[in-house]
Amino acid sequence: MARKLLLENINVPGIHTFDVYRQNGGYRSVEKALKTMTPDAVVEEVKTSGLRGRGGAGFPTGMKWSFLAKPEGRERYLVCNADESEPGTFKDRFLMTHIPHLLIEGMIVASFALGAKTSYIYVRGEMMPQIRILERAIAEAKNAGFLGKNILGLGYDLELYVQPGGGAYICGEETALIESLEGKRGNPRIKPPFPAISGVWACPTVVNNVETIAAVVPIINDGGEEYAKIGNGRSTGTKLISASGNLKKPGVYEIELGVPVEEFIYSDEYCGGIANGKRLKAVVAGGSSVPILPANLILNTINGQPRLMSYESLSDGGFQSGSMLGSGGFIAFDEDQCIVRNTWNFSRFYHHESCGQCSPCREGTGWMEKVLHRLEYGHGKMSDIDLLVDVSKKIEGNTICPLGDAAAWPVASAIRHFRDEFEWHVNEPKEAVARNYGLAKYADPLPKLEEVVSS
Amino acid sequence: MSEKVKVTIDGITVEVEPGTSILNAARQIGGDIVPPAMCYYSKLEGSGGKCRTCLVKVSKGSEKDPRPMPKLVASCRTGVMDGMEVQNITSPEVIEARKGVVEILLINHPLDCPICDQAGECHLQDLSFEHGVGNSRYEFDRRTFEKIDIGEKIQLHMTRCILCYRCVYVANQITDNRMHGILGRGDASEISTYIEKAIENDFSGNVIDVCPVGALTDKTFRFKNRVWFTKPVDAHRDCPTCKGKVTLWYKGDEVLRVTGRKDQFGEVEDFICNTCRFETKNTSSWIIEGPRHIAQTSVISSNHYEFVPLPVIKENQVLIEANKIEFERATKI
Repeated sequence: MARKLLLENINVPGIHTFDVYRQNGGYRSVEKALKTMTPDAVVEEVKTSGLRGRGGAGFPTGMKWSFLAKPEGRERYLVCNADESEPGTFKDRFLMTHIPHLLIEGMIVASFALGAKTSYIYVRGEMMPQIRILERAIAEAKNAGFLGKNILGLGYDLELYVQPGGGAYICGEETALIESLEGKRGNPRIKPPFPAISGVWACPTVVNNVETIAAVVPIINDGGEEYAKIGNGRSTGTKLISASGNLKKPGVYEIELGVPVEEFIYSDEYCGGIANGKRLKAVVAGGSSVPILPANLILNTINGQPRLMSYESLSDGGFQSGSMLGSGGFIAFDEDQCIVRNTWNFSRFYHHESCGQCSPCREGTGWMEKVLHRLEYGHGKMSDIDLLVDVSKKIEGNTICPLGDAAAWPVASAIRHFRDEFEWHVNEPKEAVARNYGLAKYADPLPKLEEVVSS
Repeated sequence: MSEKVKVTIDGITVEVEPGTSILNAARQIGGDIVPPAMCYYSKLEGSGGKCRTCLVKVSKGSEKDPRPMPKLVASCRTGVMDGMEVQNITSPEVIEARKGVVEILLINHPLDCPICDQAGECHLQDLSFEHGVGNSRYEFDRRTFEKIDIGEKIQLHMTRCILCYRCVYVANQITDNRMHGILGRGDASEISTYIEKAIENDFSGNVIDVCPVGALTDKTFRFKNRVWFTKPVDAHRDCPTCKGKVTLWYKGDEVLRVTGRKDQFGEVEDFICNTCRFETKNTSSWIIEGPRHIAQTSVISSNHYEFVPLPVIKENQVLIEANKIEFERATKI
């Protein structure tokens, strides 16, 4: 049985209440950090742990914290990014629903480390139940003296607020989130300046994902070195994976980074294989914005190594044959799923969620969606496929925020790996509307590397 | 602190104040290497970064940190560093990306130049002529909107808008009270006033001057004449609300319209008030200074004979080698 750090007590009845959480060892890290450690020591501990941002980009959290500017006389803020809206990702919502005090505990420790006196949890507007749960949990923690003025009588003040968002995917981008938090239109800012220098109300700000902040709790409890022992290489610790799609047991799983993808999909401890005895066709490994991979490439890297659930192994092979861990939204597709339709669906999402600030993303996402719609419904042309690749290239890297990249990658990768299926949609439009392309050769064993090189 | 920093753009070195953007450094050099800008407006704080036409490649970050920047950057919002090396028209990557941006800007633009009042002084026209491709691969319906009147003298035709946000910044920074802004999201976003409320302000007319396309037009001038048939003349008057320095656009004896004085980058020198712009259209109110010099490349000056300044590119062998297409285009003019 793999080690669980975040979801260890998830099955304890009443764990969402303060008393039960406290009885199960909750808020130990707050006591430890405030009583025995300096803020810098907490940052060092997180650095030692090798914890990387769990929101998608995988930036080392300790580094991010140490970049925070600390000018005299300026407030500093910690903002928790709970605007989880990536299709396929639902781990933060799970965490906030069932074990809200873990997030609050992490917020207190992280705010202490950064010297923030006011912190925010920016929750996506659609998650109204979670907002209520968090507010109740904050009230409980305040009653118990873990929040507010003079926490535990140790002279540290912290106010924690829950801020509901308006329900826009773009507000998950940190600068757009800050704009939205300030009460403005949620448009991403042009960087630099980075939030570490000038964030909320032009004060130094750190924005972290829910899971990142929650992971600070076990790091402080057990020590950074202990945390760094779990995992694989530079991917340390555990990660919540939201598994969805055609799996026998979809859900949120806490894995030790470095578990083989094959084990994650097929072992009974995790997803238990593909539902209804079907075969695996493709996987989106880290939420809708990462490149999609066919079954053979997700199970093995291009070098024939088994692929692991870790930042490095999933991105092995770059954009040619790799993907990314992203935010951990693991979507599996069985042989009956249509990749063209799925790509269109993702593209429709990005078209709808583009903020409209910079032109490549505003106009390009709509264009891609229309072309993909045409392909899916049997009106496509062969030139459309290259057009899509070209448009995605024109968007990628040329936009203010990463939403442009996120819109371009799924389209570019789907065409790279599933070109046959797109061509079949053009050549056999009637059949393509009536039935699916099937598994084809997407699960065939990869050719040996020597053959690839020689041919 | 005001020690100047050196920046090299397309092989031409210039010394600028620290904190200058790459675009402004390039403007100090002038000529063909200036990246086009559709949304940046030097007089409006915070503008820029949105249209992505001014993308350039930073091939050397600075003297201290010579690594190149991983992505193309918006030159209007990227500050120069000492020893920075920038590639604009010498980088095929930049030219390719800019072509893409132009195509993308045009997919929802109606291209109704023959009936558009902005034609002849439209930045999008210039941009697509210089940096675009001849055809579009977009085969779907274009986005359209109804024309609306925002205020008595200003018409908004959203269909032509490229969402540069300049008019929003003008309303924020020049006028006391912003009545219009961006509604909606993504490609459904539009410039509008709240429930078509009128914009009432002494300086509201400036949104017409800053609009790079024909989305915001002067109702007192609409369909009166094509701009290249009118003669621009600099004039001034004693105005209690603004500096009163304007350009009058004559057809015969008649003043057809009044605008701010626009420099070679299409930016006004001073913002003018609505009284000057809309209500003082007779020669007797003005003190004439002389003809307004319009850049030779503009269609407005097609009937004038002035010395054609040599573009920078013609003097620089490296640039000529690096970019034959641009050179041919420059020699045609």
